[in-house]
Amino acid sequence: MRFLCVECDRQMQFEERRLPGDGTLAAAFRCPTCGRVVALLTNPMETQLVASLGVKIGGTTLPPQPMETVRGMVTTGRDDAFEDGKGETGKGNGFSPAWSPEAQERLARVPGFVRGMVKRIYLDYAKDRGIAEITPAVMDTARGELGLEGM
Amino acid sequence: MPLNIRTYHELTERDRSDLPAQITAQRRRVADRLATVRRVVAVLSGKGGVGKSFVTAGLARGLARSGQASGVLDADFNGPTIPALLSLPVARCTLHEDGIAPAVSAEGVRCFSMALLLEDGRPLAFRGPETEGHVWRETLEAATLREFLADVAWGTLDELLVDLPPGVQRFQELAELLPAPPAVLAVTIPTPESRDAVRRALRAASDLKATPLGVVENMVGGPFAGSAADEIAAEFGIPVLARVPFHPSDDVWESVVSKVGSSL
Repeated sequence: MRFLCVECDRQMQFEERRLPGDGTLAAAFRCPTCGRVVALLTNPMETQLVASLGVKIGGTTLPPQPMETVRGMVTTGRDDAFEDGKGETGKGNGFSPAWSPEAQERLARVPGFVRGMVKRIYLDYAKDRGIAEITPAVMDTARGELGLEGM
Repeated sequence: MPLNIRTYHELTERDRSDLPAQITAQRRRVADRLATVRRVVAVLSGKGGVGKSFVTAGLARGLARSGQASGVLDADFNGPTIPALLSLPVARCTLHEDGIAPAVSAEGVRCFSMALLLEDGRPLAFRGPETEGHVWRETLEAATLREFLADVAWGTLDELLVDLPPGVQRFQELAELLPAPPAVLAVTIPTPESRDAVRRALRAASDLKATPLGVVENMVGGPFAGSAADEIAAEFGIPVLARVPFHPSDDVWESVVSKVGSSL
């Protein structure tokens, strides 16, 4: 999937991704020559098909989590199916962002099957960017940037 | 005046999505993970109810008892039975830096299965739009197979047996994901109906350059009449590796392993 600015004959570059939470996806692409921006809007089925391939429009800056697709998409998994082993502390070392009470509350609502992975993704995201406290706003931003539909 | 629009392949600039590179990276993770696996063996029949999982588990246990490092990837996501056949309790799957640790049976067979992940008695269900699920469900199951291959810390194995569901689709997905076509072990029961289904599946495997190791005839000596294994063996030029009776003892599996051993 590529976008061409026909007038400039230039391939447009990914600019921004948004996941409204209703299964749809919006991705903006900008022409590097004229600056024109177009948005790709996918319906829930199209969004699902892309997600099923395990790829992300716009890419991602974080490495894939083990069984990311299975843990993110299966809805009948056991809450206690996964546990962290020794040394499983996520990306980086030392610095660990705090969780605001609101963010903790929101995380608690994530199904147990995927909660551990979601928590680790947000921690890695915050560590990567030097964010001291994870708040719902940080989670929303991360969801869009990382393409975490439904997380 | 028609617009001058370059085609997809004429666009050479990279963008942040680079979906082909993401797919390539997925394949590389599978190859890297399986670099320490001597051989991947797909256990297929094309027919349901012939005892693929039963043969897979018996063979894996026999291989382990004979001193070989064996693993089973249960690729029947909608009817996973391998953990039960290996007498594995449902327990938490442990995440390590290197991936997810497989469950290990008393004989030392490493195993991963959807049965280890699902709630008791619940079917495999995916998050997604409520309609037109056929469009994306198979893609998700293929992604599940990829993650079972790449994200389970299989370690060093002599054989990784892949227990396939009926049909050939999962086999085709497996063949596409692996760096090289897998070896194939066909399982049949004696009947002509089973023979015909297995022939089709083996033909599909051969078309994908898979190496057929042989055929195991299961449920021999019972109510099923026929000579499916001999006919399949003659058609494909492969050996009948074993004839497994109903309710085989452990001794039977030892014998199967010794016959299969030279092919594996």
